[in-house]
Amino acid sequence: MNKIKLTIDGKVVSGYPNQTILEVASDNGIDIPHLCYHPKLSKSGQCRLCIVRIGGKMLKASCTELAMDGMNVVTEDEGIIAARKLVLGLLLQEGNHNCLYCEANGDCELQRYCRMHDMEPPSREIPFHEREVDYVSSNALRRNENVCILCGRCVRACGELQVSSIWGFAERGHRTHLIADDDRRIGESNCVKCGTCVQLCPTGALSFQPVLGKGLNWELSKESSICIYCGVGCKIDFYTNPQGQLVKAMGNDEGPNKGQLCVKGRFGFDFAQSPKRLSKPLVRKDGILSEASWKEALDFVAAGLTKIKEEHGPDAIAGLSSAKCTNEENYLMQKFMRAVVGTNNVDHCARL
Amino acid sequence: MTNSIGEIPLSEGYLVIGSNTTENHPVIGSMIKGQVQNQGKKLIVADPRRIELAQFADYYFPINPGTNIAILNGFMHVIVKENLYNKEFVEARCEGFEEMAQSLEKYTPEYVANICGIHKAGDIVEAARLMASLKPMALYYSMGITQFVSGVNGVKSTANLQMLLGNMGVEGGGVNPLRGQNNVQGACDMGALPATYPAYQPVASEENREKYEKAWGVKELSTKPGLTVVEIMNAAHAGDVKALYCMGENPIMSDPNQEHVIEALKKLDLLVVQDIFLTETAQYADVVLPSCSFLEKAGTATNTERRVQPMHRVLKPWPGAKDDWWIIEEIANRMGAGWTYNKPADIFEEIRKVTPSYAGITYKRIEKEAIQWPCPTESHPGTKVLHRESFGRGKGLFTAIEYTPPYEETDREYPLVLTTGRILQHFHTGTMTRNSRILDETVPEGWVEIHPNDASNFNFTNGEVISVSTRRGSIRIRVRVAERSKPGVIFLPFHFYESCANRLTVDCLDPVCKIPEYKVCSCKVEKISA
Repeated sequence: MNKIKLTIDGKVVSGYPNQTILEVASDNGIDIPHLCYHPKLSKSGQCRLCIVRIGGKMLKASCTELAMDGMNVVTEDEGIIAARKLVLGLLLQEGNHNCLYCEANGDCELQRYCRMHDMEPPSREIPFHEREVDYVSSNALRRNENVCILCGRCVRACGELQVSSIWGFAERGHRTHLIADDDRRIGESNCVKCGTCVQLCPTGALSFQPVLGKGLNWELSKESSICIYCGVGCKIDFYTNPQGQLVKAMGNDEGPNKGQLCVKGRFGFDFAQSPKRLSKPLVRKDGILSEASWKEALDFVAAGLTKIKEEHGPDAIAGLSSAKCTNEENYLMQKFMRAVVGTNNVDHCARL
Repeated sequence: MTNSIGEIPLSEGYLVIGSNTTENHPVIGSMIKGQVQNQGKKLIVADPRRIELAQFADYYFPINPGTNIAILNGFMHVIVKENLYNKEFVEARCEGFEEMAQSLEKYTPEYVANICGIHKAGDIVEAARLMASLKPMALYYSMGITQFVSGVNGVKSTANLQMLLGNMGVEGGGVNPLRGQNNVQGACDMGALPATYPAYQPVASEENREKYEKAWGVKELSTKPGLTVVEIMNAAHAGDVKALYCMGENPIMSDPNQEHVIEALKKLDLLVVQDIFLTETAQYADVVLPSCSFLEKAGTATNTERRVQPMHRVLKPWPGAKDDWWIIEEIANRMGAGWTYNKPADIFEEIRKVTPSYAGITYKRIEKEAIQWPCPTESHPGTKVLHRESFGRGKGLFTAIEYTPPYEETDREYPLVLTTGRILQHFHTGTMTRNSRILDETVPEGWVEIHPNDASNFNFTNGEVISVSTRRGSIRIRVRVAERSKPGVIFLPFHFYESCANRLTVDCLDPVCKIPEYKVCSCKVEKISA
């Protein structure tokens, strides 16, 4: 495809004819403030925060305006800043934003742009329309629409990525609000709890129930790994708090999952910190499994296997490896059975 | 998978057969749904249950359990008869076409509809024509193809169809089995299989024996293929296997015919279980060794598209638990092995040396690159699409495959077909998901799915606890009346110990690959009198 050339903030950049100004800017490392736009979703041009000036005149939403050859784009000037502040002011006016009580504090796109634009608290001359808070209907998701900016990312995420189409908007104007299915609360809907909507929510309007009280966003550390469940191999960013507790799981965009997860990959990891976890080797003594030291247990296993091998031959021993273990561990298990025990009796649950 | 997850948008359409994708591989399920709903791609679904994907499908075939081969042959019958197959591909890349084409002759739409229990034979013709027009079409399957006594033939049939349509070796095509566990692909690649060393090199080969004896510095490796999971249980039951070392598996829940498994385990002289919980199987062990969960581990895992990915340590090891590799090494060294692995990376370096398909993969590379095996050298980018130029054996071999019925047929005493599987919220034997609060709260107990016609015949009401029995055993379970299953077919998830599906399943095996027929057995359902 032929490339096009345009100027953004005095810099000549190139892009493709079907790209929007925001996309070309973003590919060239120029950050244009945006809220309703998300690279994974269709464009709605709702929030108007991403306005830019084209040809020194018109203000246009850069998330929907196609880039054209020879275009001259300015992403920030006095007029643009004033318009963005107006947009942010209206959003603040419309809701009840108090970061002190918000799960997204420190990880909120609205907060980021408000700080960037030095916003003040809204005057309360115009009373805001109190919207629904649903903290109880689902054990997975919480919704506080008073911090919702009606960007519609959740609606599009559910329809375009998860393709469950649970979320939707109802009514018009200042009464516009989110509904699940045919006007149900989320816990009573057909929501499958994949959490994609929460992951893409730019504010704290949607949050994860189990995250609550487990720490502040900037205290969490992040490490990626691969989901333990099915074979898709979703890459997940796991967040832990300073106490070492697992706080949340977020889909990583570089994995085969492209950031998406299912309910198991989102919420299925409590088991790792369950008090039922085994913490001592057990050896059966007089018919009862009793706690033993590692040395005692390992000696017992090695002696037992050696004895059976000597008395009945290596094929009297079998090993089950595990599709839940790493490649390294599976390799070692089959090597152990073949090279140390001397049998090919090694299998795992591939067929089960 | 012969192809990659990232190619889903490149397909013009999909045939999903024997895979409840949106529940068992949900992220791939969503990607397929998205293409169908939002991009106008075509979808054909064949499954005994009206799964979620059926709602999105252009054609949905509610086939009787165990009749995959018949419907695939039916599609191919139409494609061959109407000359819709990819002649260029078949001539240049395949062999055995004539013989297969001959075997397809009797699989007329009417004949197939009768076997599969489908009302409209004409839909088979239309769907076959649609498939032939989709260039390329990807075929996705899962355990609904394999878990039959005819499992191997089922897989071969999927390959027949995709070769016939010329959908092999092209982006957006392929035969794509969705693997059910996060590292089942890797465990197979690593040779955790009774007949093969790493990278599927047969143990019954002198050449391979010598190669591994040299690599491992040992003498007299066995060339006798070992036993598969179910064969191990049978051998234990017969007293031939005396000791079982079981790492991260729960055969009491996962193997067919639970009663038989328990008897077999009780007969062992030594049962060692290495796990994170005191599982149902661990309760019968002589020694239980506490191991680390995946979040406490470093290493690699290989997903269903052959992508080798890094796993990192997210949590500190649970107090008292040890890495699985450390435990194996400790036991091995007590038996004289003299191993000196200090970390997973040491093991991976050895894997690279003895596993040609992994030779070019390094810990460093997979931190940045998405590499799918085969990757023979460090400068090789990996392989997204298999069989591009030729197949492993050279030409793709068409196999004439006849439909054969499942092992157990329904009769007067056991009039219904029982099929088992997973549900979205739980995984395998439930060890992990039932210990995760939100999942456990969402689906706290098992249920059996029964069609309203059957429910009314037996006078069951939704939510009632009934008894389900087979020749192996009996369970009590709550009824869920739903139009998902066909009349005459009931579905049971196997995650729940209290209502264990594998008390009921039959342990007959495919003669070649020894997979058990979890997807079909005959059962009866009864009211529990107060």
